[in-house]
Formats: sequence, C-alpha cells, structure tokens
Amino acid sequence: MSLLELDGVKVHFPVKKGLLFDRTVGHVYAVDGVSLSVEAGQTYGLVGESGCGKTTLGRAVLRLNDITEGGVVFDGTDLAKLPSEEMRAFRRRLQMVFQDPLGSLNPRQNIESILAEGMAAHGIGKDAAERRKKIEDILAKVGLPSNAMSRYPHEFSGGQRQRIGIARALVLEPDVIICDEPVSALDVSVQAQVINLLEELQESLGLTYLVIAHDLAVVRHISDVIGVMYLGGLVEEAPSDALYAGPRHPYTKALMSAVPVPDPEVEDRRERILLHGDLPSPANPPAGCRFHTRCPWVQETKCATERPPLLDTGDGHKVACHFTAEIEAGTVKQTLATGIEAVIGTETVAAEAVETAEAEAPAEKPAEDEAPAEEPAKAEAPAEEPATVPAQADADATEQTEDSPKA
Amino acid sequence: MTILTNKADKIDRLAELTQSSETVTGSSLWREAFRRMRSSKMAIIGAAIIAAFVLVAIVGPWLAPHGPTAQNWRSEVFPNQGKFVGMRGENWFGLDHLGRDMFSRWLVGARQTLLVGVVSMLIGLIVGALVGVLSGAAATLGGKVGQRVDTVIMRFTDIMLSLPSLLLAVSIAAVLGQSLTTVMIAVGVVQIPIFARLLRGSMLVQGGADYVLAAKAVGIRRKRIVLTQILPNSLSPVIVQATLSLATAIIEAAALSYLGLGNPDPAVPEWGVMLSQAQRFFDNEPMMAAYPAVGIIITALGFTLLGEAMREALDPKLRG
Ligand SMILES: Nc1ncnc2c1ncn2[C@@H]1O[C@H](COP(=O)(O)OP(=O)(O)OP(=O)(O)O)[C@@H](O)[C@H]1O
Ligand code: SF4
Ligand SMILES: [Mg+2]
Repeated sequence: MSLLELDGVKVHFPVKKGLLFDRTVGHVYAVDGVSLSVEAGQTYGLVGESGCGKTTLGRAVLRLNDITEGGVVFDGTDLAKLPSEEMRAFRRRLQMVFQDPLGSLNPRQNIESILAEGMAAHGIGKDAAERRKKIEDILAKVGLPSNAMSRYPHEFSGGQRQRIGIARALVLEPDVIICDEPVSALDVSVQAQVINLLEELQESLGLTYLVIAHDLAVVRHISDVIGVMYLGGLVEEAPSDALYAGPRHPYTKALMSAVPVPDPEVEDRRERILLHGDLPSPANPPAGCRFHTRCPWVQETKCATERPPLLDTGDGHKVACHFTAEIEAGTVKQTLATGIEAVIGTETVAAEAVETAEAEAPAEKPAEDEAPAEEPAKAEAPAEEPATVPAQADADATEQTEDSPKA
Repeated sequence: MTILTNKADKIDRLAELTQSSETVTGSSLWREAFRRMRSSKMAIIGAAIIAAFVLVAIVGPWLAPHGPTAQNWRSEVFPNQGKFVGMRGENWFGLDHLGRDMFSRWLVGARQTLLVGVVSMLIGLIVGALVGVLSGAAATLGGKVGQRVDTVIMRFTDIMLSLPSLLLAVSIAAVLGQSLTTVMIAVGVVQIPIFARLLRGSMLVQGGADYVLAAKAVGIRRKRIVLTQILPNSLSPVIVQATLSLATAIIEAAALSYLGLGNPDPAVPEWGVMLSQAQRFFDNEPMMAAYPAVGIIITALGFTLLGEAMREALDPKLRG
C-alpha cells in the first residue's frame, strides 16, 4: 500500500451571495475527483496550468481546505474524516513548502521563533535549548548559517527564504512534504539550487514528495511519477520517463510540443500543437471531457457528453481520454485546426480554418455512427501535413500558446 | 442603506491597509510609514496641534492665572442686561456670565475634553476590538459554526453602524441620565461597531495570508494562531482609526454636552459644557462660545490630519 493515497478527492468552493444572510449560488469546482497514490520515498510531480487546482489539491491533503468529497489516506488513516485535533497531530508527518517564500513567513517572527513554534506545538524537544540545538542542525542541513536564527524573514534573499520554509517543514521530521511550486517565485539561477537541495534531503532523510509545478521542466528530473492536471482532474499519469517518451493525452501532447528541443534541426521540424481558446472557468466546467472545448482531436461522439475515466493503458501509463488507442493508432485524426496547418498557408488561412472547424465540429451531431466520426474535410487536409513553420506563423504561434504552461 | 455602505466601505478600505505586508514587512511597515510621514505637511501640522493640545491639557491647570471656578469679577457682568466683559489684560479671553476668567477655564477645560475624548475612544476601542477579535477569529478559523457566529455579530454591528451616530449617542445618554460618564459611554458605544468591523476586516485579510496557512500547516493551535500571528499583524488600521476616532469623540462629546446631556456640575469646566453655557448669551457675547468652539475644532482637526496622514503613509497604493 502506498504511503499517501487520494481517492476521488473533490474540493468545491461555494460561491456566496446575499444581502442579509449568504446564500450559496454556485460552486467553483477547483478539484473535481482526483485519485492518485504516492509511494514512500518517491516523488510525485503534479503539473498543470495556472488555476487548474494544483494548490487546492495540495492544501486539501493537509486539510488546509475543506474536502468536499473523497478520501486522503495517509499511512492507513483517512485524514478526510479525522477530527481536527487528531488532524493537527498528523500535520507533524505531512508538511508543506509554500509557493511564496516571503508571504509564508510571519514578518514579525524571527527564524528561531518560526521554526520552534511548530516543534513546541508537537512537543518535539524538551525545552527551548534542545529545540535550539535541533534548529541549528536543520539550518545547517538546508545551507543556512546558524546566526540566521535571530534574524527576520525580510533580511534574507528569496532562495534563503525558501530554505527557511524547507527548514520549517524539516524540524518536524515529516514523512511527506508537499512542495507547492517551490521554485516558481525564485530567480532562475537559484531554482536549480533549491531543487537540488530538495533532492539531497530526500536521499538523506528518506522523504516522500508531492511536488507541484506549472512547468514540466521543473518536475521532470526529480519526479518518479508525473500527473498532469487539467481543470480539476488528472488527465494523464505515468512514470516520468514514459510520460516524456510518449505523452498519450492530447493535452499532455500539447504541453510537450511547447517545450523547445535543444537540437536546432529537430527544433525546426518540431510539430507544435496549439491550443485555441482559454482555460474554461472551474465555476462552470465543460460537460463530458473537460478538455473537449480545446482538444485538437475532439470527436463528435462521447467527448462532449461522457467524462473519460483515468484508465491504465499499459505499464502504469494512465490516460483519461475516450480515444487514446485510436489517436495512438492514427485512426482518429485531428479534427480541430491547430497551428500545424499554418505551415501550408498564410496566417489568415490558418485563422479561417480554425474558425470553420470550430463552427462545424460541435454543430454536426452524427446519427448512430459506430466508427469514429469523420472529420470536417477542411480541417483534415492541413492537419496531416507536417512541415516547417514559417517565421511569421511561428511568432503568431508562440503568442497563442501563452496560456498553456511554458517550459 | 447608502449611509451604511459609505461608512462600511470606508472601514473596509482601512482594514485592507495591511494587505501589502508581503512586500513591506511587519516592523518595517511602520518604519516606512514614519519615514513617509516625516515629509508630509498634514502629518506635521496634525502632530504639532496634538502636541500643543496635550501639553495644554497636562500643564494647563498650573498655568491658569486664576481659579477656573472663582467668580472673582461677579460684580462686573450682568448677563440679564447683556453686559459682558471681553478681552483685557487681566482676563485674556474675557469673563463668562458668572464673572469667571474664561482663559483659566479654557486651559483647565482642555484636560477635561482630552479625558472625555480618550476615555470614550478607549471604550469604543476596547469593546469594539473584543467584538472584532471574536468575529474575526470565528470567521478565519472557526469553521462553519464560526462563520455563522461571525455573520450574526457582523449583521448586528452593521445595524448599529447604520444608525446616525449622534442619534444613537443621544438615545443612550437619555437612558443613562445626565453625567460626564454618560457622555463618555454614549460616545464610546457609537465607536464600538466601527472598531469591531475594522479589526475583523483586518483579521480576515491577515487570516488569508500564507503565513497563517503555514502556521496551521505546521500544526499550531487555532487560538494561538489568532493571538500570536493574526492579531499582531492586524493592528495597524486600528491605530489609525483610534487617532481618527479621537477627533469624532471630542466633537460628539461636545455635542452631547451642548445638548445638555453632559456634566451637570458647572464647577468643572469642559469645552463642551462651556459651549453649552455660552449658547444662552450668544447674541450678546459670541466670543464666549468662540473660545471653546475653536479649541474643539482645532483639536479635532489635529487628530484628523494625523490619522489621515498615517492612513496615507500605510496605504500600499499610494506608496512609491
Ligand atoms: N478559497 C477559494 N474560494 C473560491 N475559489 C477558490 C478558492 N481557492 C481557489 N479557488 C479557485 O479554484 C481554482 C483553482 O485554484 P488553485 O489555486 O488551486 O490553482 P493552481 O493550479 O494552484 O493555480 P496557480 O498555478 O495559479 O497557483 C481557481 O479558479 C481559483 O480561483
Ligand atoms: S476524450 Fe475527446 S476531447 Fe477529451 S481528450 Fe480525448 S479526444 Fe480530446
Ligand atoms: Mg497554486
């Protein structure tokens, strides 16, 4: 059994309105049915674009958000149903590193006080002196001088502050640390240092991580397993190498295609899958497959009506798409125009194609059709034609990819 | 309804002042504010007026050339015939209707006025802060029950807030009877919902900060989080409001005294009482009303200027 198992976790935030007493007028479906498991000593990387519910999911594990439905089983105990005082005790074993290093440190407390407070709350160390000794140890482990203890958060650099945040988690000797975008607020030059520190600590202390990132590059080399989130749900989960070698979900394919390849020749020939449209609002998510409003492979059957479950497609590679096998086999083609056809035409042609395809695809409801639906002809032809991307269309393409995570 | 929204909006905006503590941190938030205030004319004038007022309030009774209640010149004034004595070498501010030295009464009255202002404000501050802490704590960390508690408290304070403050004060004073304590309680009660809403709002802003979440994640108990983390970081707007409230408290206390709800003992001079006594003779001797009135206006102005300057200095949107 895994150390940490999430079973159909949902976090819905009520949207309230009212003159005298608040009425619930709707919900933000921030996390909507996520199941995953994290093995002891391993790292689970969770990626997805901004607003897809990563932070909410991470916080739900520690019950910093109320869990609407589902279970969070940690070491055999379902945390979701635990009374709050018992949950408080469990927090010693499950810790969190926050996205904003400065914001997550109380400006009025010095470092010793910040670190000692948690220890005192869990009865770690007999007295202040013993705690101080331990704090010194941990500060050394995360690469901070011991004179840091009497200083205040604003006196440190961004990277140092994140080390303090890591130390705050470590003094409690946790089993699991949830790292919510641990480096996204840091300078690129410091990011690698902090990631390396996390890796070293995992090795020496046997930690288990759930690392959240909006950036595939950050999680790639530290994760054993990677889960890709879209609009509150997991769309793909696979061992890190397998995911990078062959992404199977259309959303993951699109994410990956946005990652530049170092080899310039390959880079030139690289196909880019462009997502059109914006991320739908989690307050009003699309029915059926959450991704169907933007999916280049969207089909007229099922996609808009049935939510695909996350199914194992072999070797622990799980995908939530009705047409995984067909897309792999090539029997289902891209139906919505993507940036790829910009290759053969000018920008305007591409834009027109997008428009027509958009207009036609959802409109035509085929009668009972067993075979995968036929794609609108206009979109099909250009989609099959991979070639080099002209400079102008390329610039346009980069602009369009803006709202999908960048590498 | 518009009265409520105006008042409430103003309070809520003030409550959000500390929101920016991610960029400017704790102790340096105020250090930075002081630095900005040093170059603000508003702050300097306000502080100078307050300093002068406090000085007069403290040492005034010793500086007073005559006894404030001694009717030394009783034989020189005939209020019934409209005969008064104005400024003169011996009596800088002239004499009142009983032949007492106005300047001495004015100096001694400053202390009483300051006392009434400070005590009223403190009543509002202490009770309001307690209500606000309860509400804020319930809202930030109390779960579903807490949110209900908070909603009930806040609706109640909103109702208090929507009543015109002077009307509320007059009603309270009418119930309690005529005395100085009455004035202080009445003026203080009016301030309660302001401080309550303000502190609660400020605590909600702080309660949503990452460091509070981090403290919760580390396993610190709720009560402790409220007392050691949220509360200390929520006080800046309250300090600003306390300064602004001194101005309103002084004006409202004077108004109550003027309406005859204040100190019935004419022996103790107080600016509000002096003003109320002067009204009968306003036609013949307007200066008798002018001295206490100017004292009240200038003092209230001083507190308002300083309070507004602090608010500006703390406001992240105005910060460079
Ligand atoms: N307390 C809340 N009340 C209502 N809605 C919320 C709350 N917290 C988050 N949300 C909404 O839930 C959705 C998911 O937010 P979340 O912070 O989990 O996203 P994220 O994936 O971490 O994004 P980012 O990369 O920007 O950190 C967002 O649409 C957000 O607006
Ligand atoms: S189920 Fe349909 S819409 Fe969803 S990812 Fe698969 S092909 Fe695209
Ligand atoms: Mg986030």
